[in-house]
Amino acid sequence: MTQTHSDYRLSQLDQLEAESIHIFREVAAEFEKPVLMFSGGKDSIVMMRLAEKAFYPAKIPFPVLQVDTGYDFPEVLATRDNWVDRLGVKLIVASVEQAIKDGIVVDDGKTSRNRLQIGTLLNAIEENGFTAAFGGGRRDEEKARAKERVYSHRDEFGQWDPKMQRPELWSLYNGRIHEGEHMRIFPISNWTELDIWDYIGREGIEIPSIYFSHQRRVFQRDGMLLSESEHNPLRDGEVAEERTVRFRTVGDLTLTGCVESTASTIPEIIEEVAVARVTERGATRGDDRFSEAAMEDRKKEGYF
Amino acid sequence: MSATNMDLLRFATAGSVDDGKSTLIGRLLLDSKSIFEDQLEAVEATSEAKGYDYTDLALLTDGLRSEREQGITIDVAYRYFATPNRKFIIADTPGHVQYTRNMVTGASTADLGLVLVDARQGLTEQSRRHAVILSLLRVPHLVLAVNKMDLVDFDQQVYENIYREFTQFATKLNVPDLEVIPISALQGDNVVTRSENMPWYSGPTLMHHLEHVHVASDRDLIDARFPVQYVIRPKSDEFHDYRGYAGQVAGGVLKPGDEVVVLPSGMTSKIARIDLFDKEITEAFPPMSVTVHLEDDVDVSRGDMIARVKNAPAPSQDIDAMICWMTTTPLQPRQKLAIKHTTRTGRALVKDIQYRLDVNTLHRDQATNELGVNEIGRVTLRTTVPLLCDPYSKNRTTGSFILIDEATGVTVGAGMING
Ligand SMILES: Nc1nc2c(ncn2[C@@H]2O[C@H](COP(=O)(O)OP(=O)(O)O)[C@@H](O)[C@H]2O)c(=O)[nH]1
Ligand SMILES: [Mg+2]
Repeated sequence: MTQTHSDYRLSQLDQLEAESIHIFREVAAEFEKPVLMFSGGKDSIVMMRLAEKAFYPAKIPFPVLQVDTGYDFPEVLATRDNWVDRLGVKLIVASVEQAIKDGIVVDDGKTSRNRLQIGTLLNAIEENGFTAAFGGGRRDEEKARAKERVYSHRDEFGQWDPKMQRPELWSLYNGRIHEGEHMRIFPISNWTELDIWDYIGREGIEIPSIYFSHQRRVFQRDGMLLSESEHNPLRDGEVAEERTVRFRTVGDLTLTGCVESTASTIPEIIEEVAVARVTERGATRGDDRFSEAAMEDRKKEGYF
Repeated sequence: MSATNMDLLRFATAGSVDDGKSTLIGRLLLDSKSIFEDQLEAVEATSEAKGYDYTDLALLTDGLRSEREQGITIDVAYRYFATPNRKFIIADTPGHVQYTRNMVTGASTADLGLVLVDARQGLTEQSRRHAVILSLLRVPHLVLAVNKMDLVDFDQQVYENIYREFTQFATKLNVPDLEVIPISALQGDNVVTRSENMPWYSGPTLMHHLEHVHVASDRDLIDARFPVQYVIRPKSDEFHDYRGYAGQVAGGVLKPGDEVVVLPSGMTSKIARIDLFDKEITEAFPPMSVTVHLEDDVDVSRGDMIARVKNAPAPSQDIDAMICWMTTTPLQPRQKLAIKHTTRTGRALVKDIQYRLDVNTLHRDQATNELGVNEIGRVTLRTTVPLLCDPYSKNRTTGSFILIDEATGVTVGAGMING
């Protein structure tokens, strides 16, 4: 047997873990059809780990949903498959390409894949009749998220109304919804970027290799370093060259920038994050940089 | 720096509009290096565009478009920062009386309440109300930050007067631990660094106090309470006979071998084993999320509670509670609502509204027979299922509940059980 904490203190990371596990169990107990939105990024991997712990030794009692932009990093898809195989959970892939073909979303050539994910996701939730969808959003990421509840209500159109949020007290979560509505659940709301890394390090769990320093052919666009790729043709004046980089977030590869870094272990990443002077989204996410309220607007429409 | 061994302090801030709450939080984030350059740049740009002659740190925390437009805080915002030994979660709550419910929300999970007053104005009706709400919510530590000391020439007398008036008022409340700190949020005096302008003040700086206030002893480690959340029954050959009761410890310390009773059935058994993921542990205490195994094959399901045989709450369907009402249609006798208490859900009938509490004066208005939005009162309920509850003063988890409108599904009330 393991001796736990003789002074009856839990470290903050253990407290966060306990809170998140409580949320997973609450949702599994009260919702008919939950689903976990899995991007393959570090936050959704931490969610997977927490869900694994919440129900162990039983399998996670809900499927995993990934919205495939068609522009995902292959390393991320590989990690996704390893996780899904190891835990034996069902994977549902909602493809943006397919949604475009089916006329569910419209690719006008100007709208980013990231934005087309919204319609694709909402359609997948509706088609499968999911009543709760776990997301890996953290409140430290962005101002609009700082205000969002752990249980975040979505109407029949998948929209979030920041002015009509339900009060959320103690750890008493209200999961009531009407037909056609669903709840977004954010079990790692109170984790910070540093907590995520500490936890990944402590748990020794697999994350996509692109989070670690590697050689990559990259080019500059809009102040970001983007990966050279067939989905991302070089424009006039852009030149690709090999650099030593890593990614701080993973998403649509046409929009997700990397940073020059030699951090190749978790402790090195933690050190880098601890002294970073720019938020992870500000640094490397084209989708959040357009306006001060970019995230709030996307969230209202039904974004993660 | 690693978060692995840090502990956690959750605190809620309160104050009237313009007392400097957002500025103070901005300062705490800035001085603990929790603000990133891109965030600061965005705020600097906005301040300049609006023609301010200083950087409005408040813009760092006012997150919603309508809040930035109106220049006020409407909803609770959560902020995070850390020092080497502690991580802090701030619930930044709005101060207006029409947002009392949001303050109650922010205070519900707080270990510490931070009330700001403007030194020039002294205690206001609002500062008293905030202190009352924090004490009703049993927030164990209270800090009164006397802000804008720079605007009163750092005058000791101003501080002393506010100090005296507030400590006098606080004797009427339940405030186990009070600290009154003179600060300037704008200039940083006594926020993180000790002020050279106030040599007469010998107490801690705000940050020092936040870092050192002792919170571990605020939890109840005597009365074992384990609300069962979820029954784990793997349908696999390897774990064929596995039957574990998953939940988060709400009070006391659970150990293998403990004689326990399952409520409301009253069946008794012993704890066979406690699992934390794939490990067996020797004891479980709040707020751990664990899985408990019993020696006997008793019937246990979600909503039940495991407690010690000689120390268990008495199941009750008649509930006497303070309620904060959160919706525009008033709470009235005979009203029926859904109730959620720990992992138990049922229905509740409002039997009586005993009085409305004037949160400014503590006056009890017994003539009333309804509670309006943002009002707090003492109410008697009858529930369809027995609640396995403790007084809120003993246990904030087993002593609290929410009320839900059955038609809209919205959370309309927050309750704290008396006794
Ligand atoms: N001189 C002075 N001004 C302050 C201080 N703290 C805040 N202020 C100013 O008071 C005004 C209101 O502050 P704000 O933080 O928005 O208050 P809130 O409404 O409580 O969030 C702003 O103009 C601040 O710059 C202080 O310590 N000294
Ligand atoms: Mg403010």
